[in-house]
Amino acid sequence: MHNRRDKWLSFLLVSPSIIAVAIFVYGFIGWTIRVSLSGWKGLMPDYTFVGLKNYATLLNDPRFQIDIRNTLIFTAVFLVGAVLLGLALAIMLDQGLKGEAFFRGIFLFPMAISYIVTGVVWRWLMNPAMGSRLSGFNLLFKSLGLDFLVNTWHTTPYWGIAFLAIPAIWQLSGYTMAMYLAGLRAIPDQLREAARVDGASEWQIMRYIILPLLTPVTLSAVIIIGHMSLKVFDLIVAVAGKQLPLDVPAIYMWQATFDGNFYGLGAAIGVFLLISVAILIIPYIRFTLRSEENS
Amino acid sequence: MPSKKVLWIVLAATLILSMVLTACTTPTTTVPTEVVTEAPTEAPVVEKQQVEVFSWWTGGGEAAGLDAMIKIFAAQNPDIEFLNAAVAGGAGTNARAVLATRLQAGDPPDSWQAHAGQEIIGTYVKADQIEPLNFLYEEKGWLEVMPETLIPLISENGNIYSVPVNIHRANVLWYNPAVLAANNIDPTTLTSMEAWIAALDTLKAAGVIPLALGEQWTQMHLMETVLLSTLGAEKYNGLWSGTTDWASPEVTTALGNFAKLLEYVNSDYSTLTWQDASQLVVSGDAAFNVMGDWAEGYFKELKVEPKTGFGWMPVPGTQGTFQFLSDSFTLAKGAPNRDAAIAWLSICGSKEGQDAFNPVKGSIPARTDGDVTLYDEYLQSAMVDWSKDIVVGSLAHGVVANDSWKTEINNALGIFVADKAVEGFQTALVAACKSSGPCK
Amino acid sequence: MKKFRLRKKHLLYIPLVFLAIIWLLPLYVMVVTGFKGFEEISLKTMWNLPASIQFDNYLEAFGKLAPNLWNSINMVIPAAIISSILGSLNGYLLSKWKFKGSDIIFPLILFGMFIPYQAILIPLVQFMKAVDLYGGLPGLVLTHVIYGIPITTLTFRNYYASISNELLEAASVDGSSMLRTYWSILLPISIPSFAVVLIWQFTQAWNDFLFAVVVTKPEFWPITVALNNMAGSQIIAWNVQMAGAFITALPTLLLYLFLGRYFLRGMMAGALKE
Repeated sequence: MHNRRDKWLSFLLVSPSIIAVAIFVYGFIGWTIRVSLSGWKGLMPDYTFVGLKNYATLLNDPRFQIDIRNTLIFTAVFLVGAVLLGLALAIMLDQGLKGEAFFRGIFLFPMAISYIVTGVVWRWLMNPAMGSRLSGFNLLFKSLGLDFLVNTWHTTPYWGIAFLAIPAIWQLSGYTMAMYLAGLRAIPDQLREAARVDGASEWQIMRYIILPLLTPVTLSAVIIIGHMSLKVFDLIVAVAGKQLPLDVPAIYMWQATFDGNFYGLGAAIGVFLLISVAILIIPYIRFTLRSEENS
Repeated sequence: MPSKKVLWIVLAATLILSMVLTACTTPTTTVPTEVVTEAPTEAPVVEKQQVEVFSWWTGGGEAAGLDAMIKIFAAQNPDIEFLNAAVAGGAGTNARAVLATRLQAGDPPDSWQAHAGQEIIGTYVKADQIEPLNFLYEEKGWLEVMPETLIPLISENGNIYSVPVNIHRANVLWYNPAVLAANNIDPTTLTSMEAWIAALDTLKAAGVIPLALGEQWTQMHLMETVLLSTLGAEKYNGLWSGTTDWASPEVTTALGNFAKLLEYVNSDYSTLTWQDASQLVVSGDAAFNVMGDWAEGYFKELKVEPKTGFGWMPVPGTQGTFQFLSDSFTLAKGAPNRDAAIAWLSICGSKEGQDAFNPVKGSIPARTDGDVTLYDEYLQSAMVDWSKDIVVGSLAHGVVANDSWKTEINNALGIFVADKAVEGFQTALVAACKSSGPCK
Repeated sequence: MKKFRLRKKHLLYIPLVFLAIIWLLPLYVMVVTGFKGFEEISLKTMWNLPASIQFDNYLEAFGKLAPNLWNSINMVIPAAIISSILGSLNGYLLSKWKFKGSDIIFPLILFGMFIPYQAILIPLVQFMKAVDLYGGLPGLVLTHVIYGIPITTLTFRNYYASISNELLEAASVDGSSMLRTYWSILLPISIPSFAVVLIWQFTQAWNDFLFAVVVTKPEFWPITVALNNMAGSQIIAWNVQMAGAFITALPTLLLYLFLGRYFLRGMMAGALKE
């Protein structure tokens, strides 16, 4: 049924998108790579080729080492938190409880709001001041008699960045919940029934039948959260400002470029981010496409 | 050929839809602005001239001050529409990004705000983006009314590149008089780093926060005043001109003092804005805070009485020196509305404009002939100091170091505040001066 | 039709209600602060209810944000619709009418989803300037449409890939052509995916600050830029700021509240293929 003319027509109809993406994604990436190989420092463009000098600077840059450490910690906490919480919420909401739609709505709504809106609130909630200036969650803990939970949040040395994953988990768990809920609803009931007939316990059904079937969902969730985490910028700026202990590559890129006029260096950080994202998602895309062909 | 027909129908439908939708957006949004702008015009046929002025003044006293100047501008230039392009956020960093992309795309606003000094010279003058304004200074006679010490700081090779609207002082130590009295500390005796540190020890023992500190730029602000206090005005200036060696033992001492001061600060400094940190002083939680004199405007908003609710003095060891910063406006090279932009800059430099802006913003005029009666108690004292003190520039606010240099210092500072290693910090500062400053 | 069930499922209300309360805390602080007077604002009393309910802050904030609200609406609606239509068409063609290279083109389009936008602001502005779309809303709409193509294409492609080819072949035996099949068979069953994509794109475009602030001029700034501008660098009236934040968030909040179930339904429809 697919004749040549149809294939041409198909290509023709997709081509506006191809052209747009070619310019806006690959053209701009190309520009960024070119700048990253240049010695551009100062306001106006200077494309003098300097090879990998900017990348070498980054490798020896103590600030960039902090960025990488922070990104790893942030990603780990964000990923584990959003995936586990999303899964737990989905399993709970899949039990046919009354008010399911209400709870779904509550867990989903943070997705609708940007950090421009909620950043200040989170800044207040995670205020680390002690003693008479106690506020935010700490104040709440204290008045509930949960003093042991009072902590220094993102001002905690070294691990502070982990606490900044809390607002991110708050925002994205609803999304992972929705993904898992969709996955759970797609599992045919016959499978569970058959397992029950074979005498499997509910826990065994979950462990050996349902969770494995949810693997593709988990993979998608990991990709979506992972790439968001690598690019994290707004959240940290809104909640904690731009400060070195909580620095991440996207903030360094912004400051190098726009505050310091180090355009070459900023572009090199941009390319670094692109490569990290590519390492994360290209295998995923290949895997997905291949498994599709096999089925 | 039914398929072709359908194809064309769908294509046409998509095109029409997108055209309708984009068309919808253009008229509905331009119409209201046109109505607003054209309504007050008396001659409806003549196209109105415009001037686009870019700043990061969007809220509070600074926006109110800007509005006051715009009012004067509108009264004197009824034919020119004033386009206020102000972007807030992160001490102007969002604004800077927007401005940079516009300049690189060859679409400059007619005039924009920048800190007087190297921020302008190192970035915009170097990139050949702004016009010298000597002609305007001569025409308006501003050279006679602005301090002699200010002009070289905003000039390069004899060309003056901006019109400073206001002056702020950076080296101010704010204190809570009641807290000091309760601990038997007399602020007038705090004339050196040593005396100050002794007082901080007393306060620490008494269980008060001795020194309130905030997020990273306020740390740089504190550092620059410590450098000034330890080195003195001349050697401090030498740091930026290349005559004071960053590797010298005096700088080591200064950085040691800075490290010492960091032992007396509140533990949650990294999450506090400058307002939060200043507020600790007036609330009695902290004794001291080093902040620019915009803090005074904030205290006034909090309805705290000067002298009783808060006191001020130069940072110990910087008496007789006025560490300044200034917001100023530029003239874009190739400004689309050059004449209108010059009309705007004329307001910025006028006595009337500065006296309208500064009392509201909580700063002093760059001109020395401002009407003293318009200013409050603190600002009057600052005006007196401005006219007699030695004037040096601020690092954190763009006067003494270009943006690249400042960013490198900021990176080194961030690492230092975390690891407190003076030696590594000094090495990084020496390297920063070589890579982006005048050092060889 | 017995699913996986816990025995005492009503016990689940304990963790669910607990989590729901935590989820609502930020919203609570935002709304409550918006009702407070300026003197009432203090970090130490942030959990307290306002002394009196006054709408002054909301009115003041609305007054400041209203002009930009229209910009947002005028920008977001076409941006969401156009990118959804393009995504649907792309998804259909890339899954059902594969041409030489289409399996390479799809991942290449998809990768566009993952670029850090801060890195490409400068070429974006230069391009918009070059094609004379800089400054106004059409340029911003175009930006959102293009950066929306990857996610919309992905969503529709996944969905269409799950639809059996027999269904389409049956149609083509009838002599139905490529686009007629799309129009008469696929489009009617794509409504759930359209719901997902429209909600997603609407939210993305509505919440965007970065593109808006660099691509448009002040008179066309959307509400997020205006909200950001409400906070000066001197003193910040947190009560008005919070009221403004709530107003800014309201349209997307309502969207999720009322259409959230279509969002979920759409996601489930897409997942059914696995």
